[in-house]
Order: sequence, then C-alpha cells, then structure tokens
Amino acid sequence: MPVQTVREALRDAMAEEMRASPDVFLMGEEVAEYQGAYKVSQGLLQEFGPKRVIDTPITEMGFAGIGSGAAMLGLRPIVEFMTFNFAMQAIDHILNSAAKTLYMSGGEIKCPIVFRGPNGAASRVAAQHSQCYASWYGHVPGLKVVSPYSAADAKGLLKSAIRDPNPVVFLENELLYGQSSEVPEGADVTVPIGKASIVRQGRDVTVVAFSIMVGKALQAAEKLAADGIEIEVIDLRTIRPLDTETVIASLKRTNRLVCCEEGWPFAGISAEIAMVVMEQAFDDLDAPVMRVTGKDVPLPYAANLEKLALPQIDDIVTAVKAVCNKG
Amino acid sequence: MAVAAKKKDKPGGTPEPTRDDLLGYYRQMLLLRRFEEKAGQMYGMGLIGGFCHLYIGQEAVATGIHAALGQGDSVITGYRCHAHLILAGSDPKAVMAELTGRAGGVSKGKGGSMHMFSEKGHFFGGHGIVGAQVALGAGLAFANWYRGNDRVAVAYFGDGASNQGQVFESFNMAALWKLPAIFVIENNQYAMGTSTARHAAIRELYRRGEAFGMDGRQVDGMDVIAVRAAAEDAVAHCRSGAGPIVLEMMTYRYRGHSMSDPAKYRSKEEVARVRAERDPIERLRDHLVENKFADDELFKEIDKEIKAIVNEAAEFAQNSPEPDPSELYTDIHVN
Ligand SMILES: Cc1ncc(C[n+]2csc(CCOP(=O)(O)OP(=O)(O)O)c2C)c(N)n1
Ligand SMILES: [Mg+2]
Repeated sequence: MPVQTVREALRDAMAEEMRASPDVFLMGEEVAEYQGAYKVSQGLLQEFGPKRVIDTPITEMGFAGIGSGAAMLGLRPIVEFMTFNFAMQAIDHILNSAAKTLYMSGGEIKCPIVFRGPNGAASRVAAQHSQCYASWYGHVPGLKVVSPYSAADAKGLLKSAIRDPNPVVFLENELLYGQSSEVPEGADVTVPIGKASIVRQGRDVTVVAFSIMVGKALQAAEKLAADGIEIEVIDLRTIRPLDTETVIASLKRTNRLVCCEEGWPFAGISAEIAMVVMEQAFDDLDAPVMRVTGKDVPLPYAANLEKLALPQIDDIVTAVKAVCNKG
Repeated sequence: MAVAAKKKDKPGGTPEPTRDDLLGYYRQMLLLRRFEEKAGQMYGMGLIGGFCHLYIGQEAVATGIHAALGQGDSVITGYRCHAHLILAGSDPKAVMAELTGRAGGVSKGKGGSMHMFSEKGHFFGGHGIVGAQVALGAGLAFANWYRGNDRVAVAYFGDGASNQGQVFESFNMAALWKLPAIFVIENNQYAMGTSTARHAAIRELYRRGEAFGMDGRQVDGMDVIAVRAAAEDAVAHCRSGAGPIVLEMMTYRYRGHSMSDPAKYRSKEEVARVRAERDPIERLRDHLVENKFADDELFKEIDKEIKAIVNEAAEFAQNSPEPDPSELYTDIHVN
C-alpha cells in the first residue's frame, strides 16, 4: 500500500471528490494561490481553476454563510478555516444555519457542506490559536463531527464527509499533517462516519482517544507493555455520532477505561463517554473511568508551561496504572 | 470623500516637528527595526517559537501616530505588536523576554509574540484574531466617551483585517455615537499572501467608513512626518467631539507575514524597490542630513546606543528563567 502524509491524503480526498462531482468546490483563506496556509490544497488551483478553488478575504462569518447558502441550493462546498480558532467568527452559521436548517424546514432544506481545517494546539502559538473544538461542535444536533488520526482515515473520512448530505465539521491537526502512513488506493475507498477503530488490541484497559491523542496513546501502550500492561487503544475517528458500541464492547473485555483528549476537561468528550458508560455499562466497570485532558487553563506560550498544559504520554501511563490500581 | 476636509477641524495648527522631535523619531524607528531584526535572528536560533510577526518596514506608522498621542490615550492592535508596545513605554528587555517565553516577559511568558499588553502604557494588546482589535478599540473609545474625558483610542489593523464584518459593525456604532476612535489601517499591501487587489472590492481603504459618514484619509505611511501630521489632525478631530476617523497608512512589510512565511507571492524586486525608494528610516535620515540636524557622527552614536539596548534585551531574554510551573494556574480569574 502506498504511504502518504495526512496532508497529501486530505488533498487527494478533495481532488478525487472534485473530479467526481462538479458541485464540489473549495473556499477559504489562502487555499488557492498560496496552496493552503499549511499546504493542504497543494495543486488544487492548478487542476480545478479559480472558480472551484477560491481565495476568500479574511471574513469567516461571511464565507461560512456563503458556503451554507450555496449548499442549500445543492452545491457541495468545502469551507477551509485556516484554523478552527478562526471558525469562532463563523460558528453562528455552522450551528444556526448549517446544523439546524433541515430540522427547521421539516426535512425540506439540506445543507451538505464540509467545514474543515486544523484544530487544537500546534506548537507555541498560545491561547487564542490552540483550542480544541471537538466538544463544542460535538454538542450540536444536526452536525456530524469527524476528527481522524491516520492518513488513511483522513482521506476516507473526508471523502465520506464531502459525500454526506449533512453538514460535517472536520477537525484536522496541524502537527499530524506531516505524519505518514499507508493509504489504500482507489477513488472508491471511503471510511464510514460514525465508526471507531481499534488501533491496538489489549486485554487490560480500554484507552479511548482521537486525533493527535491516538499517537500519544499508542506510545503509552508501548511503555505500558514493558510493564506488562496491555491496553486496547480505540481511535474514535468520529465525535458525533459517537461509536459507543465499539467503546462498550471493548470495555466489556477490559473492564477499565481511560479517555484522552487534548481539550479542556469541563464538559469534554471524555465526560460524555464516562456518562454513556455509566448509563450503558456500569456493571462492567472494575474501576472508576479516568480522563487525561488538557489542563483547565488557556494555553500558555512559555515552552515549559505549554508542555505542562497539554496531555502527555506519561499522563496516560499514570492514568492507566491508576485504573489498574498500580499507581 | 472628505480626504482633506478634516484640516479645518484642527484647532490652531500643529507646529512643525523640531530637530529634537525628529531625532527622537529616528531613534525610535531604528530601535524598532533593530529590535525586530534581533527577534528574527533569535527565532532562527530556536529561542523564539510559534508565530512571530515582524514590523520591519512599517516603523513610521506606529512612530508617527505615537508622536501625536498624549498621556492616557489608548492603543490596541493585532499580533504584529512588538513595536506598538515598545512605543507605549514597555522595556525592550521585557518585550524580548516575552518573545522567548520567560518569567521576565511583559506577560510573564504566557502570552508570547502575539499577546503583549501594558496597563500602564494604555496598550491593550496584542490580539490574535484578525479584526477583533477593531471592536475592542471602539470599546476603548467608548469608555473615554462614557467618562466624558478628552482621551482618544487608536485601533490599528491590517488591510486584510479591514474586511472583517465586525470592523463595519464597529464603524457604524463609533460613528453613530461619535466615539473618539482613530481607526488606523496599516495597509502593507498584503494579508498574508493575498494582495489588496485580490481581497478588497474597492482598494481605497480610507473610504471604508464612508457608508457611516466617517471621514478618512490616505497617508504615506513610510513618511513619519506625514504620519505624525495626519495623526495630529485625527487626534484633534476626535478630541473636539467630532467622532471617529479612518487613517489608511500606505506601508509595506519587508519580511514574510510571519517567520514561517517564505513570501513567494511577491518578487524580490518588489521588496528591493520599496526598500530602496521608500524606506522610512532612510528617508528620515536624509531629511535630517538635508536640514543639517545630524551628521554621520551623530548617526554612529545613535547606532551604538540602539545596538546596546537591543543586545541588552537579547541577553536578558535568554537569561531570564522560564516561568515557575505554578504560573500555569495563576491569572485565570481575578481573585
Ligand atoms: C479571524 C482570523 N482569521 C484568520 C487568521 C489568520 N491570519 C493571521 S494574520 C492574517 C493576515 C492578516 O493580514 P492583514 O490584516 O493585512 O495584517 P498584516 O498581517 O498584513 O499586518 C491571517 C489570515 C486570524 N488570525 N484570525
Ligand atoms: Mg496587511
């Protein structure tokens, strides 16, 4: 299988879907001539021209609304936010226009749009440029929310998102763009939205993660294996709809659960998973669920503080040992 | 529209800048230039991380505006903020230490290059979200208006930022309520890689307030004397209660958008031409020489003086310790 970076996989997903349907177009800041602020749209302007790969002014609310309106008339916009921090300017359209229109129209008006871009912390970019929006968007009925880790999932899920008749928020991660992994060939290969994947099997503890935290969980797994603890790592891949089935099936085997996310703990994805587990699998728990999250602070710039604020591999190791009573 | 009409609002007329004034601006601009060059070097050495946006080329704008402001006037800008903060009176050492993320930094290392403030200097940031500072700046003007003092607020923003929706919302309210706000558009011709021709339907950005009856002027932002004159007028206009005003400063950034931008969207010749023909520091230097206000010896002395300040700042920024880990949890709420 060919190996690709997440960046290339995302680009190929867009290119293939744009070839397949003339209704698909990409717009956002610096997506065309600059080839993407993070070079994700490399080559797309050259192949598809300026009508389908559109540089916008810095006007997130405006172009998120224009995209949503175009989607209501049947186009399939991919709206890139330079990062999701800037989608805060546009969140009203994502929620009030894109997510709710189908419901408000009694099922008449669809809004098939993808909002995508990097989410979460990058490197030393401080408080206003480093937020994880998984739980913000995950909160909203009417949205689908996807956050892949591997290149294959990035490609397959983005293709599914573009084909999906619903608004999809697609949360990428800048630090993952350059990471490579195997990606199956073929324009027909997609990954379904709403399905988690077990990326490492283990009998002792279920560790749930998404996006960049999957990599950290896998590294924690290596360390823990050296201590004789085998963790099962689940990559959620989709935040909404959440694949609780896969999580609970794993928990029934391991009876212990640790949830990881980069975002803040309060009302986070981990909190949601813990609640679902209480509701649906309380009797399968041998220990309280633990979570490994970003600290409950705005992200600091200083290198040492940034490291302390973000969840690290060793935090996962510690949490896993704690649920095993081996702290 | 009323590009020149505002002159008449000026009570009296501002005196020409004196030799001392001009030498002061020269020193300030040179300090900003050398400070940023040093920051660029330190970024290259890995001592500064994240996004770092340099002000090189645009020095005359903040310097000329600063010259027209008085005690208690407020200033706010975006992420390209090192210069504005230094002019507001912050110690270059503490500014550089913020860039290196150290305890001695103006924000204790927590804010970094994009987020620096000075309550004492009435400098309110240092904002990373493009356009946000415009509404905040109108809010600073609102506070002055509310208190009934004669202070003004300056909100700096870029040509790219001038397209954000909240800019127009703020313009409308500022004009409606006659807030003492000076909206300074630092038109450096590019928003990251997008030239004004590709992002603005009408490129005369000083006209952006017309729909709200707001006056605007376009100014050569590479000429500190012209900037100061326009700023004096604007300040007088605001202090007189005539409401907000737009100043479009025609300027240019020599470096990439940030340290991570290779700036392939423009030619080397374009940059070289601006440097050769319009450089604000060279222009003031020529003016000083023509008027026999300074000679080579004095320039050398100033060079030395500035070099010492910048070196001291760099030294301090590298030797200041990292913030204490306990700082992670401080400053989240006022206790
Ligand atoms: C709301 C928002 N959108 C996008 C960005 C990313 N961004 C940072 S600076 C910038 C370009 C701004 O250009 P301009 O306003 O002309 O200011 P300049 O950098 O030239 O000083 C962009 C797109 C951001 N920080 N905030
Ligand atoms: Mg600009």
